[in-house]
Amino acid sequence: MTQFIDRRLNPKDRSLGNRRRFIRRVRGAVKKAVDDAVRSRGVADIDRGESVAIPAGDITEPTFHHAPSGGHRERVLPGNKDFRAGDRIDKPPSGSGGGAGRQGAPDGDAEDNFLFALSRDEFLDLFFEDLELPDLVKRSLKKIETTRPRRAGISVTGAPANLSVERTMRNAIGRRIAMRRPGRRKLDALQREIEALEAAPGPEDEAGRDLLERLRTRLEALRLRQRRVPFLDPLDVRYTHFEMQPEPRANAVMFCLMDVSASMGEREKDLAKRFFALLHLFLMRRYDKVELVFIRHTHEAREVDEETFFYSRESGGTVVSTALTEMKRIIDARYAPSDWNIYAAQASDGDNYSGDSARCLAILNGGLMKLCQYFAYVEILRENEGEILNDRSNGTELWRAYLHAAEDWPNFALKRIARRGDIYPVFRELFAAGTEGADG
Amino acid sequence: MAEREQSGGLLFEGSDWNFDDLRRTYDAIERIALEDLGLDLYPNQIEIISSEQMLDAYSSAGMPLTYRHWSFGKHFIQHERQYSKGMRGLAYEIIINSSPCVSYCLEENTMPLQTLVMAHAACGHNHFFKNNHLFRQWTDAEGILDYLDYARGFIQKCEEEHGPSEVEQVLDAAHALMPASVFRHRRPPQPTMRAERERSRKRQEEAERAVHYLWSGLDRTGSAADTGDKMRERKRNMHLPEENLLYFIESYSPSLKPWERETLHIVRNIAQYFYPQRQTQVMNEGCACFVHYHIVNRLHATGRISDGAMLEILHNHTNVLTQPDFDDPRCTGFNPYAIGFAMMRDIQRICTEPTDEDREWFPEIAGTGAWREVLKDAWTNYRDESFIQQFLSPKVMRDFRMFALTDEEGDSFYTVSGIHNEPGYQTVRNTLAHTGNPSLTDPNIQVTDVDLLGDRVLKLQHRRVDGVPLEKRDRERTLAHCRRLWGYDVTLTEIDDPDQH
Repeated sequence: MTQFIDRRLNPKDRSLGNRRRFIRRVRGAVKKAVDDAVRSRGVADIDRGESVAIPAGDITEPTFHHAPSGGHRERVLPGNKDFRAGDRIDKPPSGSGGGAGRQGAPDGDAEDNFLFALSRDEFLDLFFEDLELPDLVKRSLKKIETTRPRRAGISVTGAPANLSVERTMRNAIGRRIAMRRPGRRKLDALQREIEALEAAPGPEDEAGRDLLERLRTRLEALRLRQRRVPFLDPLDVRYTHFEMQPEPRANAVMFCLMDVSASMGEREKDLAKRFFALLHLFLMRRYDKVELVFIRHTHEAREVDEETFFYSRESGGTVVSTALTEMKRIIDARYAPSDWNIYAAQASDGDNYSGDSARCLAILNGGLMKLCQYFAYVEILRENEGEILNDRSNGTELWRAYLHAAEDWPNFALKRIARRGDIYPVFRELFAAGTEGADG
Repeated sequence: MAEREQSGGLLFEGSDWNFDDLRRTYDAIERIALEDLGLDLYPNQIEIISSEQMLDAYSSAGMPLTYRHWSFGKHFIQHERQYSKGMRGLAYEIIINSSPCVSYCLEENTMPLQTLVMAHAACGHNHFFKNNHLFRQWTDAEGILDYLDYARGFIQKCEEEHGPSEVEQVLDAAHALMPASVFRHRRPPQPTMRAERERSRKRQEEAERAVHYLWSGLDRTGSAADTGDKMRERKRNMHLPEENLLYFIESYSPSLKPWERETLHIVRNIAQYFYPQRQTQVMNEGCACFVHYHIVNRLHATGRISDGAMLEILHNHTNVLTQPDFDDPRCTGFNPYAIGFAMMRDIQRICTEPTDEDREWFPEIAGTGAWREVLKDAWTNYRDESFIQQFLSPKVMRDFRMFALTDEEGDSFYTVSGIHNEPGYQTVRNTLAHTGNPSLTDPNIQVTDVDLLGDRVLKLQHRRVDGVPLEKRDRERTLAHCRRLWGYDVTLTEIDDPDQH
């Protein structure tokens, strides 16, 4: 009547539903933590969890309970040392609580911040949220896929789920034929013949008995044989064999180009960073190794580290072509197009030195676009400009020049963005191709 | 030793366990529990779970399954964090008051620990759940698992129909009122939890009719005296004052929808289910500790477990039963395990080796030798308050070096009102008994009046005992939840309990 049950293999994460509800409940704080994290983390470092502190006030569970002090109270404590009845003991200064046996404060540290860690998936969910990615893209970005199983013939061992019924049965039939295992039909026929003889009221002569005896012996022998040669032998069993084959992967380098002249403020840089981070996340799914090159420019361009790229300011004019020239130089020096998939992402506010935009176009047409897998350009607008500039063909000189590039090169994408949700469409084609590739 | 000869050898060796070991050991434990102690047990269902599953069970107050709510997620995160930082260990087991009696044992326990845990939970707690009058009267062990399953399904269905945030608001509010929603003094006006499902089907129409009735009453115009009579009449019908807030709101709120009423019903049923556990902490743990201590000692004496295993068991036993002194930073009041165990061992001592003092204090049981009967009677018929009142002996008070403190508002000092000596015994004992009674230590909040024909303001009253006030911030937050459920204004007045002194 006493039962032992092993529950250890039961599905895990039974409380996941509760956790989701909790995160939804504290959305505000969690979202803020994610935004802060995006701001402070590197472009290549978006892809992990984050710990979040939530002010306790948001998630208290109030009940009616007694205040920690006030009124007349009596209690019993253990461990008397030298008190006698009637002794007076000084109360600890109010606020520090007194340590022992406090009433009515079940959650003594309720006012502390509530700390918890977001998992990588939860973090990415929130990161993706206002980027307005389609679900398919979200899924493929979150998937950690390095290998995929490929059929690789048949094997004699394997998991039951991979049992190849066809192969197994084919082997079994072959073996049964070779070992001359009598079938059920044959036994049944013999059995019927015996029964017919037994039931027949015919003469009980020698021959009849003899025949019956022979048939019985034969039936016995066949039964024995049937028992000895099993219908299905472990020898027959075959499994389809899968080998984990790595997805075709290679190296990629991603160039981040950004205008850092004074017109690029905090908001612009935040948008640019999300733009870079999204491309990086995408590349991480497709390539083994993704290197990042940060090139910032004013009237001259320089390769810098990420810290400098996003956080230091520089004054000067704006000559976009210098960045492209620098990128070309770095490709020639370090990233041979035969070994590297080259991606470029450029962000700017559209300002450029007069006449330089034509040079940019010339550099792109004159070889750079041939080297690049993909070139994405975003022009970051001021918040109110978003509605004014909705005519694609109109815009800054740089924008118009790049429009020409987009016409000539299918792997060139450009977009004007004013808010986070605008970023994704730049990559739409890229991701569309990417998801097809991953699923196909 | 004769006993050693009749033994069947060691039940297990080393610390690793397997299911054969568990089964064999459990059988030996059960034999002692039934034949020696004469316990009366529900059938046991012992489940081995991983630490993550243990955290799961923690976060839902030890219920094996429950509806979904963010607060359980919050508690899980809290426990997980404390556990992973090593701030606290996990319980070795969790037991559920159900039939069959489900106990969860942690897979990381060593075999000696599993032995301890099975004796503690599957025998000690099990006997207590099955026999103590509070559990027998207030909880339905046969039906609880079904009921929780029903509750989970119901809430899920509501979420699908009305949206998760809608349901969440109702649950938040219901949880806030949960502690103030138990029947302390009279039997809940429903038969068993098993009948719930049937009830809830009928409930829908009934509730709608009730609302309709309330509203149609509003249109009637009568003379003032007539209205007054009606109001008195209705107050009488509503059984005011009412101590169970959710019950009252569920029954009379003019604005709740049927599914909201059912949700409140579920929450208060769960509150009621746990109420006996709060009233019997000391006894429940004391009973379990006494039983496991007796059983493992018997096992050791009959050579069924090795000295090493016994040492490990005793080590853990002592850890659990530690009672830090009041000036120790670890002290959070009395450890119910320690005091319960000490009192029950003391009863055994009084029955077998009484002193003159015991004969004076406990003339009925001293020296009778019938400690099994005395203990079983106590486990069946007492709760913490009455148990302490009846059985806390001077020796235990001396052993714990108990002293009673009085804390008067406005004074800058506490006064020692009694210590563990002849004049102080009664004071200490009474005070301790009182602190073990949730109906005295929980705030006493009642629905006193509601004018359903007028402004429909729900009037609550907090009867202050000894002038102890409510915590202000939570009071306001809880009232806000209360208003959401009631649908109209709710006021709370605090008065000094007129029944006192």
